[in-house]
Parts: sequence; structure tokens; C-alpha cells
Amino acid sequence: MKPVSFATCNNFPVTEILNGVPHGVAILDRDLHVMEMNRFLEVLTGFANADARGVHADFILRSNIGNNEKLFRNVIETEEYLSISGDIISRHHKKIPVHFTVSPLKNESGDPAGLLVFIEDISALQCFDKKRHNMACLDKILGHSPKMQEMFELLPVLAHTDATVLITGETGTGKDMIAEAIHNASKRSRYPFIKVNCGALPESLLESELFGHVRGAFTGAVKDKPGLFRMAQDGTIFLTEIGDLPLTLQVKLLSVLDDMEFFPVGGGKKVRVNVRIIAATHRSLRVLVKKGEFREDLFYRLNVLRLHLPVLREREGDIRLLLDFFMREFSTGLHKSIKGYTPKALNILTAYAYPGNVRELRNIVEYAVNICQGAKIQKEGLPRYLFIPVEEKPPTSADERRDEYSEKAMPALDLPAEIGEKTVSGSWQDVEKEMIVEALKQTGGNRSRSAKILGWGRTTLWRKLNRHGLA
Amino acid sequence: MKILITIQENNVAPRFDLTSEVLIADCRDRQIIGIPRTILMTRPSSEELCGLIIKENISRVVCGGIEESHLQYLVWKKIEVLDAIIGPYLESLEKAKEGTLKTGTILPGAKKIRSMK
Repeated sequence: MKPVSFATCNNFPVTEILNGVPHGVAILDRDLHVMEMNRFLEVLTGFANADARGVHADFILRSNIGNNEKLFRNVIETEEYLSISGDIISRHHKKIPVHFTVSPLKNESGDPAGLLVFIEDISALQCFDKKRHNMACLDKILGHSPKMQEMFELLPVLAHTDATVLITGETGTGKDMIAEAIHNASKRSRYPFIKVNCGALPESLLESELFGHVRGAFTGAVKDKPGLFRMAQDGTIFLTEIGDLPLTLQVKLLSVLDDMEFFPVGGGKKVRVNVRIIAATHRSLRVLVKKGEFREDLFYRLNVLRLHLPVLREREGDIRLLLDFFMREFSTGLHKSIKGYTPKALNILTAYAYPGNVRELRNIVEYAVNICQGAKIQKEGLPRYLFIPVEEKPPTSADERRDEYSEKAMPALDLPAEIGEKTVSGSWQDVEKEMIVEALKQTGGNRSRSAKILGWGRTTLWRKLNRHGLA
Repeated sequence: MKILITIQENNVAPRFDLTSEVLIADCRDRQIIGIPRTILMTRPSSEELCGLIIKENISRVVCGGIEESHLQYLVWKKIEVLDAIIGPYLESLEKAKEGTLKTGTILPGAKKIRSMK
């Protein structure tokens, strides 16, 4: 093999120089045969430098980056370096993810003489990515507000302990997502995450679901059932709506928390489990304790690490962030090319109080994206209830507030003065009248087009025009 | 005894999982019976190749780099695997039928490979 000019550098043997590089390095000749490999690459590939010399690089590197011949030859011809990720299979049958950087080499007269191939083992990086993947749930939780930042800082701390966590917060604040994020970031992430809604099942069924039963424990128990606690072995059990847990089961849960042991329904043998418990509730457990609906000892036992999720109206700047996020998500899903919100729509959306928090915001955006026919979401494309003014009421318990929200009315809009005056000056009749006038203005009095904008039939518009005395 | 060699052009394919062509030869008393046949895979796939090896009742596989899981699978199926072979496939077939080919062999012909074109 003809020696080329890069064989030595200031009289230092090139092999020694290459051995000082903490990545795999190979020098290839113009025919892509291996001329030199450093020790790092010997370890990576499993081939000794002496054996590899003179062998075509494809057989030594054994990569998946496609046709090495074509890619490498292209580097020689174009004299442009190549950077590409792939993997190699070592002689020890190990698939190693690597990153290739291929640069052209020239001889003293400036003619292409070969290639310098850097091969970086990126398996550690990919491992790190997998760890990051465990925090992927966290990525789904959006928020730049100081309150959310505080929570993000706290989450890794909560994940690294086995202590019971109590998550509180109004409905729709993301308690379930936070619980899953804590589990995924913990060392228990390889094991199951079991979610149980304590308010969703009657007492008799819930006990059997949680703690399992033995065959013949009750009519219909034809075989043993392990129960959710045993199914979550080594993992996490997430008890949501813990405030709705019946008092009798609260005693049993307390004993599980203390001893990590319990008797399945109808069973005479204690079962031992290793489960982390995360509980959540939208109700105030202190109030429930005062009312005698929740055991004080269980409250203190659960309240080891407390995480209170902020309501959306207290998360400065996050409403806009979430509006944009969900708008993009839904418009992509519906194959629409919605670019954003009109200023009027945005003012209304950012001023709204969101008693249902992120869940409600998401639903509003979903509605608006579905309705929207243009490039921007208009005020008219928002759910009508956003415009209904209601009287301010004294604060009530979260539970009562939830009932009000679902059945009766919305909390009052906290609109800026100009919008409030313009759009929410009175009853729904006034709002409707204003909407009709606005539509007629837009269309230059064309009723057909106005009806289309308003989403009504022409007859409906005519009837409403008559009712409002606009005909 | 049936020998299967993963091939790429005139050589043993560098990777088992990226092999798209195989050569199958029947051997008896260290002699090749008939003409070895080549099979083109519909797509490179370790799983499909393992399936073909089982289906064809192969006793010896000659290949380049192979992942541990597939190697273990073939070994478990009592198939002899001679992996990390570098060189022309005909040269490897000669040695494989004679029983002189060893895992990790770089055949003399390997250094004469000028181009993969």
C-alpha cells in the first residue's frame, strides 16, 4: 500500500495521534479500504487494526447507513464532508448506535487521497433520550407561569422518593397527568401504573376491585381475583377522587398505607404488596374531615407530600400558550389550516375565567376549530355560553362550584372594559342582536350571506330580525 | 447438510439483517451436490431470514455481522452459525463445506475486494 502524505504529522506516527482521539477513527484509501484504525474503533468493531488493514470498510464497519460505497465515494468526489447517524454491528454481535462524520483527505499535491471517518458511539446519548422519554409526560404539561415552573421543579423531587403524594387542585387542572408523570420519572416506571377512580364504583365493588377477592367470597366470585393493589406490584397505584372513598374502605386503605398488607375480600391470608400510592382529589379533604366524611388519620397519612395544582386563571400567560397549542393540535387533526385567532376572539378567550380549567379550555378550542371555516378563529365561532354574563357569586367549595358549573351557569366574564361594554352589555338577546347587526354590516346587508356567517338558516335569521325589530 | 450463505455481490454480506440475497448449497461428504441456488428476499429482514433458514432446514449458516438475539435463536434451533466472515462467498462456501471455516475469519480474498459496485 502506497504511503500517503498524512501518514505522519511532524514525525509523530499517525496511529498514535488517532489513538488519542476519544472516538472511533478510520483512515480509508481511495478504494475505501481501511488503512488505519484507532484503538477506540478496534473496540467498537471488534476487529484488530492489523486484520482490518486492506479490507473494504463496509465489511469492517458493518453499518446500516445505506450504501457506504456510494456515500463515501460521493464525499471523495464532491469533497464535502458527510454527517449521518446509523448503527454498526460489532464482532461481538452488539448493535451500536453511532454517528458518522466522513471528511475527504488530500495528498500533498492536493488530489483526493482517501477519507477520514469519525465514528461516535451515541448509545449513551440514546440511553439519556430514553430517560428523557420517561419525562415525556412532563412535556405534555405545558406552562411558563411561575406557579407551573415551581411545580416542574418539584416534580423530579417527588419522583425520586417513595413517599405518598397527595395531589389537589380544581377539576381539569391536570392531576391525572401529573400523577403519571411522577410515576414515569420514578424508578418504578418499568412497573405498572394503575389508576382507580374511587368515586366511580359502589363500595362493595370497589373493595373487591382494590384488594381482590378469593373464590367463593360472595355470590358470583367464581375465581380468585388479584385486585388492583396486587396488579400494581412494584409500581404505582393512583387513587383519584380519594375524597369520594367510602369511610369503611378508608380504614382498610389506612392499614395498607401503614403495613403494606391487607386481606383480600373473603381471604384468610394476608397479602403483602410493594406499591407507591398517589392520591388526588378536587375536594378539600380538610373540609371533609371537619364534616366527618373523611378520616383524619388517613388524611394525615396521605398528606405526606402535597402538590397543589394552580387553577388556569392564576397561571399568567399560560392561557395564550394553551390556546395556541390546542388550536394547532386540533387543526392538524382536522386537516385545517387555521393560523390563529382574531383579536376579538382572543380577547374573549384570554379574559374568560375557565372554571373547568385546562379541560374546559381544550373543549372550547376544539369547538372553535371544528366550527371555524376560515384562516382565523372568529368571535362568532366561539361557544355561545362564553358571552352569557352571570352574577358574581361568593366563593363556594370546589365541589359546589363544580356543580354550579355543570348545571347552572358560568362564572362572570372578567372582560376588559372595552370588550365588556361592546359585547356583553346585557342579556343574550342584546348579544344576539349585536351579532346580527355585525353580520349584516359585514355582508353589506346581504341576508343570505349573513345567515351563513351566523350559522343559521335564512328563515331563522328573518324570524330573529323580526323579533329584534331589525326587519 | 444444507449451507446458507448471506451474500452481497460476490461476497458474504456484511450484515445479516440487511441481507437481500442468500445462497443455499446441498453438501454431502464435503462435496456440493447439484448447483447452489440463490434466493432473493422480498426485503431485508432478520426475522424473515431466520424463517427461511428454518423452512429450508439449513444446518450451517455463513454470514457477516449478526445480532445476539438472532444468533441465539439460530443456535437454539441447533443451527451452526459461522458469523463475522469477510470475503468472497465462493471461498467461504469451499471452506464451509470442508468444515474448516471458523467464526470471524477474514478470508484471503477479502483484501482483494476492490469495489462493491
